Amino acid sequence: MKGRVEARERWIETVLMACGGVSVLTTLGILAVLVFEVGAFFMEVSPAQLLLDTQWTPLFADKHYGIWPLVMGTVMTSTIAIAVALPFGLLSAIYLSELASPSVRRWLKPLLEVLAGVPTIVYGFFALTVLTPILQLIVPDLAGFNALSPGIVMGVMIIPLIGSLSEDALHSVPNSLREASLALGATRLATIWRVVVPAARSGIAAAVTLAVSRAIGETMIVAIAAGQEPRFTADPRVPIATMTAYIVQVSMGDVPAGTLEYRTLFVVGAGLFSMTLVMNLISQRFARRFRDTL
Amino acid sequence: MRRHSALTFFVLSLALALAGCGRGSSAPAVPPVQVDGSSTVFPITEAMAEEFQNANPGHRVTIGVSGTGGGFKKLCAGEVAIAGASRPIKKPEIEACARAGVEFIELPIAYDGLVIAVNPTNDWAESMTVAELKSVWSPEAQGNIERWSQVRPGWPDSPIRLFGAGVDSGTYDYFTQAVVGKEHTSRGDYTSSEDDNVLVKGVAGDKQALGFFGYAYYKSNPQRMKAVAIDDGNPANGTGPIMPTPDTVRDGTYQPLSRPIFIYVARPEADRPEVIAFVDFYMTHGALLVDEVGYIPLPADAYARVKNRFTRRATGSVFAKGGSQVGMTIEKLLEAEDAP
Repeated sequence: MKGRVEARERWIETVLMACGGVSVLTTLGILAVLVFEVGAFFMEVSPAQLLLDTQWTPLFADKHYGIWPLVMGTVMTSTIAIAVALPFGLLSAIYLSELASPSVRRWLKPLLEVLAGVPTIVYGFFALTVLTPILQLIVPDLAGFNALSPGIVMGVMIIPLIGSLSEDALHSVPNSLREASLALGATRLATIWRVVVPAARSGIAAAVTLAVSRAIGETMIVAIAAGQEPRFTADPRVPIATMTAYIVQVSMGDVPAGTLEYRTLFVVGAGLFSMTLVMNLISQRFARRFRDTL
Repeated sequence: MRRHSALTFFVLSLALALAGCGRGSSAPAVPPVQVDGSSTVFPITEAMAEEFQNANPGHRVTIGVSGTGGGFKKLCAGEVAIAGASRPIKKPEIEACARAGVEFIELPIAYDGLVIAVNPTNDWAESMTVAELKSVWSPEAQGNIERWSQVRPGWPDSPIRLFGAGVDSGTYDYFTQAVVGKEHTSRGDYTSSEDDNVLVKGVAGDKQALGFFGYAYYKSNPQRMKAVAIDDGNPANGTGPIMPTPDTVRDGTYQPLSRPIFIYVARPEADRPEVIAFVDFYMTHGALLVDEVGYIPLPADAYARVKNRFTRRATGSVFAKGGSQVGMTIEKLLEAEDAP
């Protein structure tokens, strides 16, 4: 009887380990493919061409491989998104965690999280067909495809991500800190801004960095609404292309495998991979520090 | 024990569901006719498929849009029965088909005029010459020609924003051949998409836009954009700038941007009864439906001549050189197609 239980335990252990192994192996596989294809790319194109040029036209007659237009596109849309999501996400987190009564919180929180469940393609068309025409009435010279509108919509999309994670961070700040602050005569607002938020700042920072890597990796919204023109600019009113949008555009066409054009996909992919990797490492560091301070 | 019964219930219901699947489809299973290829040809094939399926219950036509090049690739790989093409098949594609042992039947189905379009609020660009178009779209323009005033002195000193077909599209190949003078060669800093609706959207939403796409996409959005008259500088086919209309496309004066569009049927597939039925339907209803979706039909007797080409199973392309050929009028094309 005992032997059977032990055997079953071992079996379960193996299965669980295999489940974890799948994601590790997938990551290793992706890395291997990226390294292989990027290596082949650099056999033909020097790193200087990739890093010192400001034009990206690998599919056209006059080929340039400067990756900065795509990086600029990604950075610009992500910055706009965070500029929208951080204030709204953080303030809603503060409200939910510190001010809302339990009954309000019970229905408001799921409602806020519904935003995260909207398919990104819906957001994309919303940006293109609703928000852009409205913004064109306000912003002079705003093109039909631009970085501004998808950036804002992307920000709305990640409000729940920042909101929910920050709320967890605020919620886990020990009540003794709040009580001590209030006992010393601080107002409720001062307690929130001077005590609770600073105590949770590592957790909030972790939430924001996660949100940044979500924004960097977002594909559908920018592919639909930002235009598909790699352009080295910081002007959010004109069509641009992000790294993800370029990958979508090229992989939807029929670039033959093994060509240089095909390998540009992997170079851009490797760039994305390293950007999100760095963001995730930073986020983990913040999260660890948050746990340590509490 | 409770858990066990839940599991049993789950397994049983799964088994029932699977058994249900087997019996589910009661209609006679006619294998679908698979079509892929050009987004320019797509609206025609879509209309054909809809009417065909209404007229023949139980038949199915599936249509993909992977661009003319993508369509040929799938045709020669034996993945689809029919490929829509907005340019004739190119030499490397003919060779790829030959290597795979797939012959094909080339059937012209309509004429298209590539429309050069600007935003409706654009009040300067009424017409352009082919030379001006070339100065905008040639590879040398990349990073240099950025403002309307550089295209023609007197036009506003504001940025020009370009929208055009992506490099996988037959429209791109034809346009570059006709305007730049070399197929598959243009500047790279413009908004490119294989989806013409994206380009329409871009031109409709931007005062500084200049774009090009198939006639049907212009015709179905007349309030959202304005066509530019084109002057090819050749009095032999009409003097001065000429607007794209069904008449100017048909009589060959809207040059060099008028072109035939095609479907290609894989020879091995042309023996399947449902494929034969669909191609027959295509040729019988061609004139009506082509006009309805916004393209320019071939002359009345032409569809019979093209159908004859299919009946004879005449394989190969009449575009011996392969690739886009500028100035191919309807009459010249039909003569070539009729030749044995």
